[in-house]
Amino acid sequence: MIVFNVNGKERRVEVSPDTPLLWVLREKLGLSGSKYGCGEGLCGACTVHIDGLPQRSCITPVGDVQGKRVLTIEGIPENNPVKRAWLDQEVSQCGYCQPGQIMSAVALLEKKPAPTDADIDSAMSGNLCRCGTYGRIRRAIHAASKKTVKRGGQKS
Amino acid sequence: MSATTNISRRQFMKAGALAGGGPLLACHLPFGMRDAAASGEAVFAPNAFLRIGTDESVTVIVNKSEMGQGVYTSLPMLIAEELCCDWKRVTFQSAPVAPEYNHAQFGPIMVTGGSTSVRSEWERLSLAGAAAREMLISAAAQRWKVAPSACRAENGIVHGPNGKQLSFGKLASEAAKLPVPKVPKLKSGAKKLLGKPLHRLDSPAKINGTAVFGIDVTAPGMLTAVIARPPVFGGKLKSFDAAKALASPGVKQVLAVDAGLAVVADGFWTALKGRELLEIVWDEGEGAQVSTSSMHDQYKALTATPGLVARRDGDAEGVLAKAKQRLEAEYEVPYLAHAPMEPLNCFVDLKEGSCQIRTGSQFQTVDRNAAAGVVGLKPEQVALETTFLGGGFGRRACTGSDYVIEAAQIAKVVKQPVKVIRTREDDMRAGYYRPMWFDRVSACLDEKGLPLAWHHRIVGQSIIAGTPFESAMVKDGIDDTSVEGAANTPYAIPNLQVELHSPRNPVPVLWWRSVGHSHTAFVMESFMDELAHQAGKDPYPYRRSLLAKHPRTLKVLETAAMKSGWGKPLPKGRGRGIAVHESFGSFIAQVAEVSLDKKGVVKVHRVVCAVDCGKIVNPDTIKAQMESGITFGLSAALYGQITLKNGRVEQGNFHDYQLVRMAAMPKVEVHIIDSQEPPGGVGEPGVPPIAPAVANALFAVSGVRMRSLPMTPEKIMTALKKG
Ligand code: FES
Ligand code: FES
Repeated sequence: MIVFNVNGKERRVEVSPDTPLLWVLREKLGLSGSKYGCGEGLCGACTVHIDGLPQRSCITPVGDVQGKRVLTIEGIPENNPVKRAWLDQEVSQCGYCQPGQIMSAVALLEKKPAPTDADIDSAMSGNLCRCGTYGRIRRAIHAASKKTVKRGGQKS
Repeated sequence: MSATTNISRRQFMKAGALAGGGPLLACHLPFGMRDAAASGEAVFAPNAFLRIGTDESVTVIVNKSEMGQGVYTSLPMLIAEELCCDWKRVTFQSAPVAPEYNHAQFGPIMVTGGSTSVRSEWERLSLAGAAAREMLISAAAQRWKVAPSACRAENGIVHGPNGKQLSFGKLASEAAKLPVPKVPKLKSGAKKLLGKPLHRLDSPAKINGTAVFGIDVTAPGMLTAVIARPPVFGGKLKSFDAAKALASPGVKQVLAVDAGLAVVADGFWTALKGRELLEIVWDEGEGAQVSTSSMHDQYKALTATPGLVARRDGDAEGVLAKAKQRLEAEYEVPYLAHAPMEPLNCFVDLKEGSCQIRTGSQFQTVDRNAAAGVVGLKPEQVALETTFLGGGFGRRACTGSDYVIEAAQIAKVVKQPVKVIRTREDDMRAGYYRPMWFDRVSACLDEKGLPLAWHHRIVGQSIIAGTPFESAMVKDGIDDTSVEGAANTPYAIPNLQVELHSPRNPVPVLWWRSVGHSHTAFVMESFMDELAHQAGKDPYPYRRSLLAKHPRTLKVLETAAMKSGWGKPLPKGRGRGIAVHESFGSFIAQVAEVSLDKKGVVKVHRVVCAVDCGKIVNPDTIKAQMESGITFGLSAALYGQITLKNGRVEQGNFHDYQLVRMAAMPKVEVHIIDSQEPPGGVGEPGVPPIAPAVANALFAVSGVRMRSLPMTPEKIMTALKKG
């Protein structure tokens, strides 16, 4: 039995501990917002936060998150400045990569409320977008940053 | 997918059953609407594309697959403009497979491709909206006992004399009883919605994790399957031992299908672990002999022999034979995988006498019929629901319906709902690539330095040959998708000959975003640049002088040049390149600004894009599609290649099939030409010009002419050393 916290709720799952967290979220917990793109930590579609840090859930054995806090796209509130900026800048195309992009962006802004372009390059380069929404992602992060900074850098 | 455009251009039209023109009566309920219908809520359904509820809801049924291009917004905009409803009330539903949702121009199939969604539906959806508006106005006029001409509709409300008002919802039940006007009149005057950058209706679902892609589909009792596939194309299962796999936790069944050996389990991970334990002997057959390096030699040799003539103006061969100086070049581009972010997958629930498929398909009728054949049902007994597509790029319009057929074969045996998922490696190695091409071009110039003769031989597999579309779409041995963009070049060249060789081999090929143009634009626009430099001319005015009869091409070329500051000095170490290309009814020019570092890595800093796609629906969607096409084309220009050795695909995941990432993304500026021309496509045309624009810029900054894609540092360093 593996016990961990997902989006503020305690969850218990009975699976082999080597099962990647991604598939436990998607298939056991009904949280299919985190996506499978590569299974090798190469694309970022599966990005979630584990104890506040962005991680690739496709290469994280669920056994490793025993007792930890996991945050997925489903746990990001609608009024989060990143989500709002994503809508304002009309970032999404097919949308498949976007939950992972948003999770990486939220983590970046928590660490650096006013990121530079270079910060964005390094924090976001692990997230692929086949539809090519990078320019809008960059704009959305800057826009969300302005809002976050105005609110005293407080997290939503 | 211009190939499907050609279905309409050619004999496919004869198949008839065209649904263009007036609105059709609805008889199929779209997905998600059955409950509303069952509860008996009064609904006004004047045609197959529109439902108005007593609760003021306006639902547009969209017969195109949403794969990033924004059809769940642009198509509702077309209806809403004429309906004069309140845009805030508009929602969308994906259409089921039914004749009334067939492509308005391509004949009797439901398909999304050829960058046609907006242009093929413009008239039909406008008329559908207009008919509904007239019926709502008539209903109000009857109630008020006034002439319909005394009423008008605006923002979801019909206004009558003396300030009378009734909302669409209140009129829905009465409007539903009225006859559908045969020839509805379109609005005149200024547009309310068209031309405005409205927000996408599908964005909220895409940023909160609720959008359901094929891979997210689930059902009670659903099993998940992965397939062990032969290591080479055409390989077959010889023998296998599944004992260990079957003993693995969660594995339910192991069964042979045409694609290989399927492992069915209670989840993806358990299926994958079971697959690792399979012991399989493959009969590799001839597929093991295939390698792209020997294909390259074979293709190159073929360019020395005459091919089938796709275009002949004047006498290119004769003029070249007599020319004092001729310029000759060989160009090559590799196989490419579509690599949509969502790997291919398909859900099938087969029951006695019925079958439900849920998948992200661009080719619904073809896929449904293929599945029906597998499970032994009539096509009408098979329902196919189109989910969101995590990218399509042509891969999900598969002439062989590969990922649907394999799922149907498994469902037939397991008799439980089942979803087949491909790993990224499965997806990348299972074929259906953009063909590999090899071109040889020769030209000579006149006394002014302009091209006098151009002789072009193209070698590469036909996408259409060997598919059910061959008889309709390959004419006199020439697959138009192999030569599009070259055989119909707009440049004024008095002696022009384009020839084609279409060798066959076991590697499956398919339309890949912009199809033939993805290759021909690179060759045409690079070699045109070479001619300009040979003539000692600036490549921008050089092109202009050859496009006098093509005002739209000329206009985008001039716009891109002007907006990019063409001719103005650049920071040291940067160069500019220009390219222009027409495809899918749209005209695009791009200027790329690049630099080259000491290790041979090309950095693209800025891309200026000018697009004329005729009259427009949503300018923000057009910009997004240009940004998207440029990024997609840039991945191919800089990194993309699928190679085979001993029949094995050498790439498997994003470490060896790289895509542009955030840090490599240039700044992109898009300029839309104000145009009242008929609408053109936007999903694909942004792709073709970027590779030649970058190659031309690389030449400008370094003197290196890259005639082979991708432009890897290795190739560039080798060229630099040669000098
Ligand atoms: S699916 Fe985890 S990084 Fe790609
Ligand atoms: S929006 Fe399609 S992959 Fe990013």
